[in-house]
Amino acid sequence: MKQTPLDILKAITLVFSFTALVLFITDAPVLPVFHNIWQGAFASTMKFSQVLAVWVPLVLCSCGLLFTFRANLWNIGIEGQVIMGAIGGMAVLRFPGLTNPYIILSASFVAAMITGALWGLFAGLLKTKGGVHEIFGGLGLNFVAQGFILWLIFGPWQRPGIASMSGTELLPHKLWLTSPPGWRVAYAGLIIVLLILILAWLFLYKSKLGLKLKAIGKNPRAALLYDISPEGYYLLSILICGACAGMAGFIQITAVYHRLIPAISSGYGYLALLLVMLGGYRILSVPFLALFFAGLNVGAIQLPIVLQVDSTLSGVIQGCCVLSALFVLGLRMRRKHP
Amino acid sequence: MMHRSGICHSCLKGCLGHRNNKHMEIKFQHISKRFGTVLALDDINLTARSGSIHGLIGENGAGKSTLMKILTGYQAKSGGDILINGKPVSLKTPSDAAKIGIGMLYQEPMDFPTLTVLENFSLGCPALSQEKFTQSLIGLTSAFGFQLEHNRLVESLTVGERQQIELLRLIHCRIQVLILDEPTTGISPSQKKLLFPALKKLAAEGVTIFLVSHKLEEVSNLCDDVTVLRHGKITHHTRTPFYFPELLRAMFGSVPEQKAKTTDRVTGEIILTMDSILTGGERKGLTLENFTAKSGEIIGLAGLDGAGQATFLRLLAGLNIPVRGAVHLFNRRLPASKMANSVAISLKTVFLPADRLEEALFTDISLSDHFSLRDTDSSFWQNTEKNSKRATEGIKTFSIKGKANDTADELSGGNQQRLLLALLNPKSRLILLENPTRGLDIRSDQWVWNYLTKTLAPESCILFSSPELDEILHHSDRILVFYDGAIVLDRATTMTNHDEIAAAMTIGRENVE
Repeated sequence: MKQTPLDILKAITLVFSFTALVLFITDAPVLPVFHNIWQGAFASTMKFSQVLAVWVPLVLCSCGLLFTFRANLWNIGIEGQVIMGAIGGMAVLRFPGLTNPYIILSASFVAAMITGALWGLFAGLLKTKGGVHEIFGGLGLNFVAQGFILWLIFGPWQRPGIASMSGTELLPHKLWLTSPPGWRVAYAGLIIVLLILILAWLFLYKSKLGLKLKAIGKNPRAALLYDISPEGYYLLSILICGACAGMAGFIQITAVYHRLIPAISSGYGYLALLLVMLGGYRILSVPFLALFFAGLNVGAIQLPIVLQVDSTLSGVIQGCCVLSALFVLGLRMRRKHP
Repeated sequence: MMHRSGICHSCLKGCLGHRNNKHMEIKFQHISKRFGTVLALDDINLTARSGSIHGLIGENGAGKSTLMKILTGYQAKSGGDILINGKPVSLKTPSDAAKIGIGMLYQEPMDFPTLTVLENFSLGCPALSQEKFTQSLIGLTSAFGFQLEHNRLVESLTVGERQQIELLRLIHCRIQVLILDEPTTGISPSQKKLLFPALKKLAAEGVTIFLVSHKLEEVSNLCDDVTVLRHGKITHHTRTPFYFPELLRAMFGSVPEQKAKTTDRVTGEIILTMDSILTGGERKGLTLENFTAKSGEIIGLAGLDGAGQATFLRLLAGLNIPVRGAVHLFNRRLPASKMANSVAISLKTVFLPADRLEEALFTDISLSDHFSLRDTDSSFWQNTEKNSKRATEGIKTFSIKGKANDTADELSGGNQQRLLLALLNPKSRLILLENPTRGLDIRSDQWVWNYLTKTLAPESCILFSSPELDEILHHSDRILVFYDGAIVLDRATTMTNHDEIAAAMTIGRENVE
């Protein structure tokens, strides 16, 4: 059963009521907090561009997850796939021999996709060959990726003289993706997102691949009788998801941070998992919910300064969103099949 | 004193001596059970004397298990009364039944595999110190001659050993009525030798025992009374000694006249050979020495649940990979290592399982998408127009009550079967059907068989299993009977009869005497 827009609305109402309650209990001013989040996210084009900068990687990760969720896989490992994508992309950007920025950036983009996909493939192989559930395999690989990026930042890729949490050395300007003046979101990022949204829609709903993934997700045993190998398609879907996550990693290093930092994934992989679930696994809801989540994320940044409320409030709201959505859906299913 | 069966009488007396002698006579009065429009039990009247072993026998779906589930409170009856020692009782939940001393030993162990023997033994009984539980377990295991290590995890034990723990646990909880559901399906002959005297001893101590079984020899070795159920009704009741042909007739109905074959099918060349197959699956796996099948043949697979026919079909479909042996299919030799379902499909083999929604169809996916999934052309995109046209044609040709946009789970059982037949590649040469008319009404049943025999059979070999002996006798050219993981009878339909097959199914050989 899928979520209807009404379900999502119910869930969001539930979320705001619950958040209001939390704020009320902690003695924070309820309405000003909501007002400030809105102001912080959408009050100016500059702020909106920051929202878009979060929106781009969120949508990329969500599109990837639509493929794995379709095959009924829980690709928790997406967080590590974003990190590995960023590392793969950065490895090419640091390659000394190349001079043409277009070639370097294109190669970096491809490398990011490949490393992200390969990292996904590991989780997939652990599942199909080793019988390790993708949630545990993915979580384990996330830790490995996190350890690896820290090692790079504090080891071989450290800034000359100092190794710090602030990351590697800034990339030369010619390797920054071009943004509109004063904006924090790159043209290329927006174009990639639009392309991926269209491609994902085509693949998921119009190609045989999408239908086969759905069939496997619904009944892997029956799929065998149709000569569809669940294992092969599990791997394919996680490869696609990993590649999308790798793209998000590429955007993070070339358009947002212009270097590798320990928190390069910014938790967007996990956030995308929540977002896709909240949207009932439908592509149409992805761009809108991503905007909502990105807005919350960016809008909550100024809360500590303006209202002395912790900015992690946005995390509370996002978590509640998903739990409420699942709750509303669960209620509806219980009513249908008591 | 050690009895030759291995049971120490004095020990047992010690263990059971403290039982309160609350003997229970169970009486079912006009019990009925309805599932929707189906009457699963119809006016059942039955009395089990206290201290007796009462056998309940019948075909699959005869109503034996339903009756016992009503006694254990797992299912509510639709009508009638249960009387214990003459007084009506209300058994609404399993715990109601447990409180008055009714316990069941299930075919599949209902225990906690990750706990130890002792922990499993102590669950569900009034709390005691661990020491007392240990003592009680030691006493009971030695009384019954069982060998159970207290600290072993139950998951590492055999089904028989797990049954033993459960049996001891029930005895320890002082049950007065013990129900056994096919207790010997998963256990070895030596374990059987331990179990049977233990049950007889328990009955002698006053416990009323019900034995649900398909196997006549067990029933005759163990029971004092036997009641036969067929299609939800009692067809026969008798006390020991038992006369097998009489029981068989009551189980499977009066022997119908052999119906004349509708067509004289011409069989062609051998398309399937199986050599020295050994594989796991179901309870006893499957062992086959040599088997061949020709094109144009319709072969019926008879056997009780779990006897091996389900494994046989899945093996040929490439879903069950054998440990050793080889299959020759259309002149291609497939050793065990080469068998896979994609190979079977490429060799024009098709399998239609009985559990359609579980194993063959996709919930939430439309009929036309099912056609799209079946489509073998290599195009990348879905051809929505082509598939919906094909679905509409299939719906019309196969008289499916549904639309191309309906999802498979919205169809009734009969229409799901028609959909599966519509999806079946008509060029298939080896057609494997598991209970092809399960849940179908008479019209659909006839329609399905008409399609199978007229359209598919002439060019291909059909192997089908069915719990209905009549269906097998009526439609097959040749019959295989499975018993305990092996084929015990392989004969042309014209050369065998109802009694012979029924006997082979229940006692593993064709001679009932």
